[in-house]
Amino acid sequence: MVIDLDRCSGCQTCMAACHAENNIAIIGPEESAMGRTIHWIELLPFIEGEYPHIKARLLPRPCMHCEHPACIKVCPVGATYTNEEGIVGIVYSRCIGCRYCTTACPYTVRSFNWYEPHWPKEMKGSLNRDVSIRGKGVVEKCSFCHHRLLKAREKAKVEKRELLSEDYIPACVQACPSKAMNFGDLNDPFSTVSILSRERRAFKLLEDLGTEPKVIYLSEGM
Amino acid sequence: MDGKGFKLGDDAILLQPIQRTGKTFYLTLFSLIAVILWAAGAYIYQYRDGLGVTGLSRPIYWGVYITNFVFFIGISHAGTLISAILRLAKAEWRRSITRSAEVITVLVLFFGVGNILMDLGRPDRMLNILQYPHFQSPLLWDVSSITVYLTASSVYLYLPLIPDIAILRDHGGRYQWFYRILALGWSGTERQHHLLEKGISFMAILVIPVAVSVHTVVSFVFAMTIQPMWHTAIFGPYFVTGAIFSGIAALIVAMNLIRKVYHLEDYLRPVHFNNLGILLLVMTLLWFYFTFTEYLTTFYGGEPIHMTIFWMKFTGKFAPFFWGMFLFCFIIPLPILSFNKTRTPYGTLIASISVIIGMWLERFVIVVPTLANPRLPNEAVLYFPTWVEWSIFAGCVAFFILLYMIFTKLFPIVSIWEVREGREKSMAEVQERIKTYLPGIGVE
Repeated sequence: MVIDLDRCSGCQTCMAACHAENNIAIIGPEESAMGRTIHWIELLPFIEGEYPHIKARLLPRPCMHCEHPACIKVCPVGATYTNEEGIVGIVYSRCIGCRYCTTACPYTVRSFNWYEPHWPKEMKGSLNRDVSIRGKGVVEKCSFCHHRLLKAREKAKVEKRELLSEDYIPACVQACPSKAMNFGDLNDPFSTVSILSRERRAFKLLEDLGTEPKVIYLSEGM
Repeated sequence: MDGKGFKLGDDAILLQPIQRTGKTFYLTLFSLIAVILWAAGAYIYQYRDGLGVTGLSRPIYWGVYITNFVFFIGISHAGTLISAILRLAKAEWRRSITRSAEVITVLVLFFGVGNILMDLGRPDRMLNILQYPHFQSPLLWDVSSITVYLTASSVYLYLPLIPDIAILRDHGGRYQWFYRILALGWSGTERQHHLLEKGISFMAILVIPVAVSVHTVVSFVFAMTIQPMWHTAIFGPYFVTGAIFSGIAALIVAMNLIRKVYHLEDYLRPVHFNNLGILLLVMTLLWFYFTFTEYLTTFYGGEPIHMTIFWMKFTGKFAPFFWGMFLFCFIIPLPILSFNKTRTPYGTLIASISVIIGMWLERFVIVVPTLANPRLPNEAVLYFPTWVEWSIFAGCVAFFILLYMIFTKLFPIVSIWEVREGREKSMAEVQERIKTYLPGIGVE
C-alpha cells in the first residue's frame, strides 16, 4: 500500500469506510475517553516544530504488515501469522488475549476488545457478513480487508482466469476521495505501488527499526 | 534413630503449632478468607464483563497484573535460591531458616502464574499455550522455565521434609494416614540418610541455575521487544538481583512473624536476622548499582524516545512512583541495615517491609511508563488501577498468607532433624573443617 500524503486531505473517509467494512465495534464516549476506541486505520496527528514555525500533519495509519513483524514473534500461541501474500493476519479463535503483541508492536496498531462488542439494533442488519465479529478479550487489527482477497480469488477461479491486481483493493483505498491511497503487488516491478514506492518522496514509518513495513508513504519534504 | 519411642526433648516447641491451634489463628483465617472471597467476586465480575473493568487501555495494555506477576515471581527467589546457596556454602546458621524460605518459593509461584492467567482476555483458552505452543515467544520460555522451577523447588522443599514427616507420623496426633503416606517409609537408617543427603545436595545445585533462569526469562518478556527502556541487555541480571532482593525481604518478614506467633525466639535468633540483614544490605547496594547504571546509560545517550520516558519517571506523571521506589528500595533500608545496632529482628523487619513496597513500585515503574509512551503519537491516556485490580492483588496476598499459615499447621516450619543434626554432628564437623584451613595444627 502506498499513501500519498501530499494528496491526503485528512477527511477520514478511510476510517469511516473501514469501520463499516470490518464490523468494528462501536465504543461509547466514556470508554473512548479512556482510550479504548478500536480503529483499524486511524489519522495520527504529527506536530512538528515550535511556535510560530509549527507544522501539523495528519497521517493515515493502517497496519504496516511488516516484513519482520514484532507482533508475530512474541505471540505465545501462534495466533498471528504472515500469509503467502505477506498480509499479517490474526486467528481470533485462537487468541488468548495476553496482549503481548499489542505491547510489542512499535506502531501501536493493535486494538483489544475490552468488552463484548455491541451495536444499536438498527445497525445490526448492516453488518458485513464477510467479516467475523471479534468477541471480548481478543486482539484485532487491520487485515488489508483480507476477506476481499478471498472473494476475488474465488471469483477469478469461477471465471477461470488469473487473479488480477484490480480484482482486490481494501475498503479504505476504494473510499479515498482524493485518490491518495494506492494498493497492489509490491513484488511486481511494473505495478503502480511498486513504481510509486521507488519515488524520491517515498518513506516508511520508523524505518530504522528494521521491521520493513509494506505501507509506504509519499511526501514532499519529510 | 527416630524409632517409635523417640523423645523430642528440647525441640518439642517446634511441633506445638501443629498440635495446638489458638483463637487468633481462626480469627486471622476467617479474615483472610473474607478478603479472598471478595477478590474472587471481583475476578468473577472481570471474567463476565471483560478486562474493561480494569483501568487498562490503549496503549497501556499491561498494568497491575503484569506488575504482580513480576513481583510475585521475584519474591519466590527468596526461598529456594537462598536456601540452596546457604546449604552449598555449609553456612551452619541456615538450619532453622531454610524451611520457611523454601515454602515461600513454592507457594508464591502460584500467584505469579495466577496473575498472568487473570490478565488474559480469554482465560478459557489458556490451554492453547499447550496445544499451539509458539516457542519463539518469550512467554513460552516463561511457561517452560517456571514449570521446571516449580517442580524442582517442590522436590527441594519435600526432600528435607521427609524425616520431619516421619517424626510426625511416629509422634501420634492427627492425620496419621496423611503423614504415613508422605513419609515414604522413612526409618532413619544410615543408608536412607545417605540417600537423602545426596538428593538434597543434587537438588540444591540444580535449583540455582533454574532459579536464575526464571527471572532472567521474566525480564526477557520485556527486553526482547524493541520498546524503549525495555530493550536492554541489563534486564536479565537486574531482574534477578531485584528478585533476590525482594525475596530476602519477604523471608525476613515471614521469619519475624513465625518467631513472634509461635514463640520461636530460641530458634530464630538475632544472629539470623543480622546475617540475613547483611545479605539484604549487599542486595540493596547491588540494586542501586544496577538502577544507577541503567538510568545513567539512558541519560547520557540522550536518545529522545528514551528521554521522554526517562523524564516521565524523574519529573513527570510517574515521578511519585519512581521516587517512592527509590525511597523504599534504598534510602530507608540502607541506614537501617548498615549499622549493627539497627540490624536487629525489628530493624530488619522495617527495612524488609520497605524493600517489598519499593520492589513492587519498581516493577510498576518498569512496566507502565514505557507503555504510556509509544513511538507514534497517541492519545495521552492515564492509567489508574481500578478497585477490581486492587482487590485481586489483595486477594493474592491474603491467599498466599493463608496457604503459608496452613503449611505451618501441617508441617514444622523449622526443620527439626536439621537443627538436631547441627547440634549433634556439625559442631564436631565444623571444628574439624576449621582445622583443615589452618597451618600448624597438623590434621593432614
